[in-house]
Amino acid sequence: MAKVAAKAKEPKVRKKQTLGMKLLTVIFTVVSVFYVMPVFIVLMNSFKTNAGIATNLYAFPNAETFNQFSNYIKGMTFANYPFYMSALWSVFITVGGVTLILICTSMCAWYIQRSNTIVCKIIYYLCIFSMVVPFQMVMYPLSKTADTLHLDTPWGILVMYLGFGAGLAVFMFAGFVRSIPIEIEEAADVDGAGPLRTFFQVVLPIMKPTFISIAILETMWIWNDYLLPYLVLKKGVYKTIPIHMQYLNGSYGQTDNGAIMALVVLSIVPIVAFYFACQKYIIEGVVSGAVKG
Amino acid sequence: MFKKPRRKIYALIFVLPTFAAFIIGFIYPFVKGIELSFCKFQLISQTEFVGINNYIEAFQDESFKSSFFFTLWFVIVSVILINLIAFFVAYALTLGIRGSNVFRTVFFLPNLVGGIILGYIWHQIFDAILRNMDMPSLVTNTSMGFWGLIILMCWQQAGYMMIIYIAGFQSVPADLYEAAKIDGANKRQMLTNVTLPMMMPSITICTFLTLTNSFKLFDQNLALTAGKPYVDGIWQTRMMALNIYEVFYGESSTAKGVGQAEGVIFFLIVVVIALAQLYLTRRREVQA
Repeated sequence: MAKVAAKAKEPKVRKKQTLGMKLLTVIFTVVSVFYVMPVFIVLMNSFKTNAGIATNLYAFPNAETFNQFSNYIKGMTFANYPFYMSALWSVFITVGGVTLILICTSMCAWYIQRSNTIVCKIIYYLCIFSMVVPFQMVMYPLSKTADTLHLDTPWGILVMYLGFGAGLAVFMFAGFVRSIPIEIEEAADVDGAGPLRTFFQVVLPIMKPTFISIAILETMWIWNDYLLPYLVLKKGVYKTIPIHMQYLNGSYGQTDNGAIMALVVLSIVPIVAFYFACQKYIIEGVVSGAVKG
Repeated sequence: MFKKPRRKIYALIFVLPTFAAFIIGFIYPFVKGIELSFCKFQLISQTEFVGINNYIEAFQDESFKSSFFFTLWFVIVSVILINLIAFFVAYALTLGIRGSNVFRTVFFLPNLVGGIILGYIWHQIFDAILRNMDMPSLVTNTSMGFWGLIILMCWQQAGYMMIIYIAGFQSVPADLYEAAKIDGANKRQMLTNVTLPMMMPSITICTFLTLTNSFKLFDQNLALTAGKPYVDGIWQTRMMALNIYEVFYGESSTAKGVGQAEGVIFFLIVVVIALAQLYLTRRREVQA
């Protein structure tokens, strides 16, 4: 599907704009403004005092309510757990988890697709099956397993992400491997490359587009995931950004909207930067990920 | 590729890491979950087999039933709305209007933000609007909570589905339209007889994704309403995923076995609905 879409890209020549099309542009411009409004409102309020936020959420900061960066400074160390630590763990878990998933599942998918034994087929179908299982069905045994095996650290949780994210990744990689002509690998074999060398020097470069797609999908998942790290990570010792935000938002923490708004901005910025940096790949990733239906 | 004598070694290198993690992270918890749903337990080390008692209790549990109907209603409304919006926005954005790329970028943006943070943002926004309009707030009125969740979901998911629909529109071969034009089809006939049948794969995927996403919705639910208001002993806007979570970890959690049984029922519902939907829409797909 991704390939078809890439081929059918809009022609470079600008179409002539009819009245209806101009009207649509206007309508969509208005809708777009409303669409980014929530994010904009948060940005605006992150510079206001709590009193200013409470009286009017939609007002620009004025002399009275403008707070400079004190919300950001306060937010960093607010509520017994420093925000930069949460951010650090989030980055660590996301980068580590995605890397682990990419390397392990691509190897696994290639092997099970090429050797094609009955055991491999079973693994493949189990992977597909795991994609429809809702997390709530396995969450309790999963968190207990993590406790027993001492996987309740940011290192240990990577294993959980590999296990729970394997389904989609193996499925997508296997689908792609099927489309690679086996002759390429046979040629490598004749040239004397073993399976490991064939995989890393021949197959891996061919898989690059799928690699990127899966990297994007898994990054979006792990970065924003709340429940799995909340249940698995040792309480109070390790936090990720979503856990941190829910803690502040929930009834447990003292609610300080100014500080929370500042932290919301800080947690949105990296992902938006990431989006603008590799928008093309993200869109392609979403489209090729969609074939999993 | 893999010659017999050393096959086992390579199987270990290539498959074992993933498969071991898959067993720890999915297969074992899944099997254990089914086993626990037939047991009475507080701790995982002390279980007592009680047969299908947990399932009977789950079906008698008023909060479970109410969460089921709330979820069902939510799923129906959100799936229809998200797909309609995404389909028509995608259609408009493939006409070649000026600024299409900018609009596409903007509409996709909310997908990158996590459910917890989105829930918080919209909570603040709804609160301020409703307070200004002297209307009941999100956490005191069930229907406000419901529509709040719907708006949040549409805002977040429509962009994602739009991307898939745009790819679908772009993959309809242009010669089909030409052929239809020569045969004298008008715009509406082209839409219903060319575009729609060719779009069925995209429609299948998008309905599947919205259906399962809405059914499994948790983060947004927790951050936006957390199930409030609490009326007649039932958390009115609690969806199934959140309800199961609360049975396990809530303050009044006494029966974890029941929670696990509800988890299994939840899983079966999701599987049955997803399969039925795939079957129904796949039947209508055509080959170009």
